[in-house]
Amino acid sequence: MRRFALIAIPYFWLLALFLVPFAIVFKISLSDIALSIPPYLPQLDLAKGWEGFTKFLGALDFENFEFLMMDDLYYKAYLSSLKIAAISTFLTLLIGYPIAYAMTRAGEEWRPTLLMLVILPFWTSFLIRVYAWIGILGQEGFLNQTLMFLGLTSEPLIILNTPIAVYIGIVYTYLPFMILPIYSALEKLDNSLLEAAEDLGCSRITAFWLVTFPLSRGGIIAGCFLVFIPTLGEFVIPSLLGGSNTLMIGKVLWDEFFSNRDWPLASAVAVILLLILIIPIILFQRNEQKQRESEG
Amino acid sequence: MRRLTWFNTTSLTLGFAFLYLPMVILVIYSFNSSKLVTVWAGFSTKWYGELMRNEAFLDAAWVTIKVAVLSSTFATVLGTLAAYVLVRAGRFWGRTLFSGMIYAPLVMPEVITGLSLLLLFIGIGLDRGVMTIVLAHTTFSMCYVSVVVSSRLATFDMSLEEAALDLGSTPFEAFRLVTLPIIAPAVISGWLLAFTLSLDDLVIASFTSGPSATTLPIKIFSAVRLGVSPEINALSTIMIAMVTIGVISASLISKRAAVRQRLEEQQAVRS
Repeated sequence: MRRFALIAIPYFWLLALFLVPFAIVFKISLSDIALSIPPYLPQLDLAKGWEGFTKFLGALDFENFEFLMMDDLYYKAYLSSLKIAAISTFLTLLIGYPIAYAMTRAGEEWRPTLLMLVILPFWTSFLIRVYAWIGILGQEGFLNQTLMFLGLTSEPLIILNTPIAVYIGIVYTYLPFMILPIYSALEKLDNSLLEAAEDLGCSRITAFWLVTFPLSRGGIIAGCFLVFIPTLGEFVIPSLLGGSNTLMIGKVLWDEFFSNRDWPLASAVAVILLLILIIPIILFQRNEQKQRESEG
Repeated sequence: MRRLTWFNTTSLTLGFAFLYLPMVILVIYSFNSSKLVTVWAGFSTKWYGELMRNEAFLDAAWVTIKVAVLSSTFATVLGTLAAYVLVRAGRFWGRTLFSGMIYAPLVMPEVITGLSLLLLFIGIGLDRGVMTIVLAHTTFSMCYVSVVVSSRLATFDMSLEEAALDLGSTPFEAFRLVTLPIIAPAVISGWLLAFTLSLDDLVIASFTSGPSATTLPIKIFSAVRLGVSPEINALSTIMIAMVTIGVISASLISKRAAVRQRLEEQQAVRS
């Protein structure tokens, strides 16, 4: 009995506040927009019993999904989100790997401090870290002032409100998510393997490609998913740094909901985003499982 | 240990400069006396004064702290319970679904979580306000708590708990007197994580809050959309300072606790 209560409390909490809401999103994605409160039709009328239920089912349709297919704004937004997420994941890996690698090469006594320096930004407000870049990248921002002071450019570069600013913002805010898993993979690496490779005639660079890199693959995969998955639905970064030129699906959903007040269409956008995300999420889970098994 | 090569030194220097320079610039400009953020006009703390007189910001800060304290406390209780179930309860009906529901919110885009919770609240006719934000934050941060706590529970020696049960304590006493003190560091860091996640959240709060409750991130976001303002810089500086002090003191406390434990163990071995 006690065991049942123990399981039931968190179980039902998650069912009610995580799973049921998704069912509602799916249902509303099949509804139509209406000038009522709440702004969609049909409403399930339980007072009419079975007849009310069948009538309710009959009024659901895939119109919103058809609309998403027809209007090229939406598939362009999905494609451009995928592109932005893929490119910025790659850039984050390119910048994060050398940092994680160098951290494990630093002396034993330095590592806790370095680790804390990577984690600290994670605890500071995401919003503030994105905001900081507005002041740097603007036309009269810190970067342009510095460049012009040094005489490197005569005219201010236009970076803010372009995709470049979005890439910078994503790499900056998600860098710790890339560094930490790679660091923990590299930290476990047995140094004698490298020494053995060098003894057997490998140069340091070959030893890196043949030994270090393959052994850190689990960390790389985990880091890439941790950056790629949340970036795909990102809202704050494109809306603060990307301006109107950057099309990302998280922003489209937000505008559809808050500006156009088209709740059924916003729900349909969410359902498709979820379908796109299922593949990387499952791959990520599998990678984590494999890591855990190889450790235990 | 080999010495750092020039390559490693450069990547560390550049990497940490990239991570910290934007925040340093932000902090410096919060002390700028000019309203124009881009022009340095001398040192001043007047924006901090303005901030303290800004009722809207103070109200929003109060709402945010209330939400964060409540939701992180609920999330810690529920998350610890969920972790216990995941690690200890063995097999039960729907276990895969349960662990899926624990891990999925961690990677779910916030716009989807926010939208789905809002539609639920509308569906059951719950008025949007502080309570709905607390419910939403509890739900996503309990998953973070349970991941943190379950990794600690997994390495925990179960025989300690069994010994307590053999010596006549009830299961609840065994949990309170044996298990809880051992997993306490994980529970505390879970609470802190839930607290900062709640403080920081813009998207889910925007969906689930009503006109009666505006949190600080919502306030900051609408101010920031109009451009950079020195008041926001001052506010950011205060928040950065609080986090830095919190993280550094937490790590010092845990380091000290570790040293003390080692000394006690050495003494126990000697005596």
